[in-house]
Amino acid sequence: MPAELGHFALILAFCLALPQAFFGLIGAALRRPHWMALTTRAVAGQFVFTAFAFACLAYCFYRNDFSVLYVAQNSNSELPTFYRFAAVWGAHEGSLLLWLLVQSTWTVAVAAFSRNMPHTMTSRVLGVLGLISAGFALFILTTSNPFERMWPAAADGHDLNPLLQDPALAIHPPMLYTGYVGMSVPFAFAVAAMLEGKLDSLWARWVRPWTTVAWMFLTVGIALGSWWAYYELGWGGWWFWDPVENASFMPWLIGTALIHSLAVTEKRGLFKSWTLLLSIIAFSLSLLGTFLVRSGVVESVHAFASDPARGLFILAFLVICIGGALGLYAWRAPLFKSAAGFAPISRESFLLMNNVLLVVALVVILGGTLYPIFLDTFKLRAVSVGPPYFRTMFLVPMLPLVLLLAPGMHAAWKRASFERTKVLLAILLVAAIALGIAIPLFSYGWRSVLSTVGIIVALWVGFAALIEPVERLRKGHSLSASVLGMSVAHFGLAMFILGATTVESYKQEKDLSLRPGQSTEVAGFTFTMNSLRNVAGPNYHAVESEVTIARNGRELTKLYPQKRVYRVQRNPMTEAGIDAGWNRDLFVAMGEELGDGSWSLRLQYKPMVRFIWLGAVVIALGGLIAICDRRYRQRVAGEATSPVQAGTRTA
Amino acid sequence: MNMTPRRRRMVLVGLIVLGVGAATAFALTAFKENLLYYYPPTDVTAGKAPADRVFRLGGMVEEGSLKRETGSMEVRFVVTDFQNDVTVSYTGVLPDLFREGQGVIARGQLGSGGVFVAQEVLAKHDENYMPPAVAESLRKQHEKKAAPATPST
Repeated sequence: MPAELGHFALILAFCLALPQAFFGLIGAALRRPHWMALTTRAVAGQFVFTAFAFACLAYCFYRNDFSVLYVAQNSNSELPTFYRFAAVWGAHEGSLLLWLLVQSTWTVAVAAFSRNMPHTMTSRVLGVLGLISAGFALFILTTSNPFERMWPAAADGHDLNPLLQDPALAIHPPMLYTGYVGMSVPFAFAVAAMLEGKLDSLWARWVRPWTTVAWMFLTVGIALGSWWAYYELGWGGWWFWDPVENASFMPWLIGTALIHSLAVTEKRGLFKSWTLLLSIIAFSLSLLGTFLVRSGVVESVHAFASDPARGLFILAFLVICIGGALGLYAWRAPLFKSAAGFAPISRESFLLMNNVLLVVALVVILGGTLYPIFLDTFKLRAVSVGPPYFRTMFLVPMLPLVLLLAPGMHAAWKRASFERTKVLLAILLVAAIALGIAIPLFSYGWRSVLSTVGIIVALWVGFAALIEPVERLRKGHSLSASVLGMSVAHFGLAMFILGATTVESYKQEKDLSLRPGQSTEVAGFTFTMNSLRNVAGPNYHAVESEVTIARNGRELTKLYPQKRVYRVQRNPMTEAGIDAGWNRDLFVAMGEELGDGSWSLRLQYKPMVRFIWLGAVVIALGGLIAICDRRYRQRVAGEATSPVQAGTRTA
Repeated sequence: MNMTPRRRRMVLVGLIVLGVGAATAFALTAFKENLLYYYPPTDVTAGKAPADRVFRLGGMVEEGSLKRETGSMEVRFVVTDFQNDVTVSYTGVLPDLFREGQGVIARGQLGSGGVFVAQEVLAKHDENYMPPAVAESLRKQHEKKAAPATPST
């Protein structure tokens, strides 16, 4: 019964998305207040029914209703309750329902927090979001119904993929989806602005917090995925340039560009059509990511189902969304000319370079990701693009990007002379170079020019990010949330670069066989395998080894890596043992039994690896601080339209 | 030094074009070097695979072919497309999802005696799942063998 109710609620949600789109768009076009007022009702109704449908599916999981096909495929009576709930989005159908729920949550939030916007604008934004919701609801109903029954009911379920039975991965999809779907909000705002034919700095001020929130969730979602891959896949890598990872990273890059371009649009009334284009591209890349993951064109743990109908639907949806938006753009963009100019050395130029370089990075990744798929589609050749391509090529735009970041943060609008900061920036650069050479030399040893450069730019950006907050605090000046947020986010980026450079340059790893009692040395740490024993978990059994790690004869820690076999799916799973420290991780993963009582083990030393995820969290925190800025909460109805009024204030 | 806005814009555009051009050239070189081609065992035994270049070999792991010297990190197994076989040698920790009778993709180079020395082994967990490239090459083999195309299971 709950399954049927859920299915019915989903149909109702779809039915409500249509009037939401109709009254939102047509009501605004015809300027009919009653029609526009209906839009918000439809939004509320759609949210209620989607949430109800989602709750129904969760209830089916909770009650182990194995007569529902999706539950039978992805759960099991032995599955712990927490994972039974997480299993709701453990595969294709349920994760799409989650997508729809997130979409309608965003829509409700937009409806609730846009009281200070003109009615027609709100109404158009909600209308566009309604169209997107309708598309996804239709997708679920026609190709991926999670409420489908199976007769006779299964005696027990096929269990959740053991790889997904993990706390980080339970929250990774909701985070990532909130980010992906959140990109539909700037998209809707862009379409609404083009329909309206008006785009001023007020518009940019409305869009900025939404974009930042979406981008924040995307940041955290990607970081969680990376962290999960690090400890759960058992290999100790944190980024594999896998097509699915790239699919989530591409909207992030464009989202980052969009945030920066929006700053220019808000403060100076420039880059208007560029901002619109970025908004369209960011959401298109989210859809492209969904297409890549859901259609089964790429091989990955994420590629649940390879049903051509699904791929085709998303592709059609993608074409309609991008085609429609770009068509509108081609027609309307000439309206958004900006008159103001800026000097070659100015904040505008730096932000322009930021955008150009981020787009170049996107093209690099997009090319590497799509080329094999392109060849495969036309049955030309089976190829894959190796990670070295991405590793090398990604640095080409990224190095200048971070180098320009340090002065860019302190450049003034219109024309930058760096009068106040040039000496300080130079001193900091010298300090960064000195430290960048000294630190590796005294702690890790010389590796390569590139790793030294990486550490130097990380330090420089980190120092430069601190200038403004420290200076203002010292002088007792107030520090706006915007400036603080920007500084924190850039400091987070510096942490990330430091972590990524150090771990990639100085990691040490060793695959070898050990018998209980034997020991070996990696990076000055002595790893001793003490014993092996069998342990039983709630839905798996495992072989666990006890590994003692010592340095200079003093015991540091004991790790208990496991090799699990889940009872239902019979897949072996590696649970790595990790000793995490702020400046290094020690990592032990069990391979397989080699026959004579010994096991193959992978031992790794990962310096500064935590800075990668910590940096990402700090970046997201910067976004959170920035959206708390007072100006986003002000009622701006009276302020009306004056694009370049904000002048030379820093963002 | 005082440039007209037009001239300034030209310089800016010129710099951007130059930068993007250089990046593209560099990208294409890096791209070509890092392109990994895929070969099924039949192509490898026929000598179509490059001898001095890293490529990807894909197929099914033959049942009962996995062998290792007791206590050794080196494993050997046979990858087959049910027409021809290639022996693969790999030193290291096999992925969790590696199993006999299932699809596998190995990245590496041909060594002496026609043994494929793998640097990396990728496997998929689902027993019904085959890497698309493997499925495709198996399907081709199948069609060659039996003229009426039957859907492979």
